[in-house]
Amino acid sequence: MHNETPLKGHISKRFDHELEDIRNRVLTMGGLVETQVNNGLKALLESDSATAKIVAESDYAINSLEVEIDERCVQILARRQPTAGDLRLVVAIIKTITDLERIGDQAEKLGIFELELIDEGASSSQFVKLEHLGTLVSNILHNALDAFARMNAEDALLTIAMDSKIDGEYEALQRQLITHMMEDPRNIRNTLRVSWCARALERIGDHATNICEYVVYLVQGRDVRHTDYASLTQTNDD
Amino acid sequence: MSIQQTATAPAIAQTQTNQKIMTSTSDTYKTVGRNIIPNPKFSTRNVNVFYGDKQAIFDTSLDIGNNEVVALIGPSGCGKSTFLRSLNRMNDTIPICRVTGEFTLDGEDIYAKTMDPVLLRARVGMVFQKANPFPKSIYDNVAYGPRIHGLASNNAELDEIVITSLEKAGLFKEVKDRLNAPGTGLSGGQQQRLCIARTIAVSPEVILMDEPASALDPIATAIIEELIDELRENFTIVIVTHSMQQAARVSQRTAYFHLGKLIEVGKTSQIFTNPRCELTENYITGKFG
Repeated sequence: MHNETPLKGHISKRFDHELEDIRNRVLTMGGLVETQVNNGLKALLESDSATAKIVAESDYAINSLEVEIDERCVQILARRQPTAGDLRLVVAIIKTITDLERIGDQAEKLGIFELELIDEGASSSQFVKLEHLGTLVSNILHNALDAFARMNAEDALLTIAMDSKIDGEYEALQRQLITHMMEDPRNIRNTLRVSWCARALERIGDHATNICEYVVYLVQGRDVRHTDYASLTQTNDD
Repeated sequence: MSIQQTATAPAIAQTQTNQKIMTSTSDTYKTVGRNIIPNPKFSTRNVNVFYGDKQAIFDTSLDIGNNEVVALIGPSGCGKSTFLRSLNRMNDTIPICRVTGEFTLDGEDIYAKTMDPVLLRARVGMVFQKANPFPKSIYDNVAYGPRIHGLASNNAELDEIVITSLEKAGLFKEVKDRLNAPGTGLSGGQQQRLCIARTIAVSPEVILMDEPASALDPIATAIIEELIDELRENFTIVIVTHSMQQAARVSQRTAYFHLGKLIEVGKTSQIFTNPRCELTENYITGKFG
């Protein structure tokens, strides 16, 4: 019995190698994305302009990995005609890297908005505390990547459940930010920047959730997108 | 009649825990998936086939529905061709071969003493791996079956049967000006379509195909596959193929055989994306068994 979709064991060793290779590249891409998000958070919370600059300028590496992995997946589809677990792996990877790339874009936004805030002599902490949202988002992303790396559908399902906390926290922050805008309209420009940062973090949570859904598809072969969490744990019929 | 239970329920429970079903290597086993369906065209129960002392098929039960294409896949020597040949009693011609179990076509026992194998083979036609036209004209190849079975009362009727069969086999346009030319002079793909025309000329109910496209190039293969799809409207088709992509393209249900056992049966869409048995998964993904 195996709990993971094994990549090895094909009669064609080269096919084993190709699948292992794209999986490793996704893990590398995931690592880069996680670093970008964590650096973006650090820049935002500590008003660290050097880190913000790095974040704002490092997205290209993620983008080029996306293109590269995409091309390798197309080659595997064309040359190997994968089936069953192999097919689900390739499809899951094609979708995962799209979400990873978008997480990268959101992280880049954190850097850009932080640089603008610093230019204006402002800081997010003047308006709201983003630490809690940041921790939640950092954790969900970490767990999603971990579930992918270990191809663990149970962990993926547990991680999906974390997103509702992020949504709740984001709503609470929006209410606080609106209050600031109403109190002093001169704050609106910077408050909006902070609001966009919160929005970017919330979106990262959504993308991490998507990745978890692909992990469930990859491992169990069932599509749990657009399903409410309660029914996710129920058994599906043929 | 003892009806083998399907193992659908435990199969679902197991996929929920990410675990593939390991099939026991002992002689008693259960086929995973829906091997038994309501209102089948062809029904087989507890089939065992022996060549002398060697058992080639073990306790296999499989239903084939009306107007569906069922693909039998599996590694060489797994018994899929043996099983296919037992469906129109082709194994009768092998002296050491012994077949047990129930085979019913529309509820009628095809191994009954009263069943004439020649008439059975008109109802259950067969197309082989290598095109085998008779050394006769294209016309006579197709007319052969209708003549011996007396399906036409005059030449006009026979012409009609030959033309319709060639049309259904997608060959008429290519050969209409040379119906009296020898069938062996056609290209490989055309010969195979001629054999299909010859098979359908006697209006069979079921067509068995044993690797019908394995000796053909991709274009001729695509034409045969397109033809299979069209023939499904009027016939029930069972196809043995080594090409997994072909099984995936042409069939509605797929049955996986391994060492003489029917391991798993399911919708083709499910078998090729999420098979329930580890053996099936290993075979279709090209892994060691």
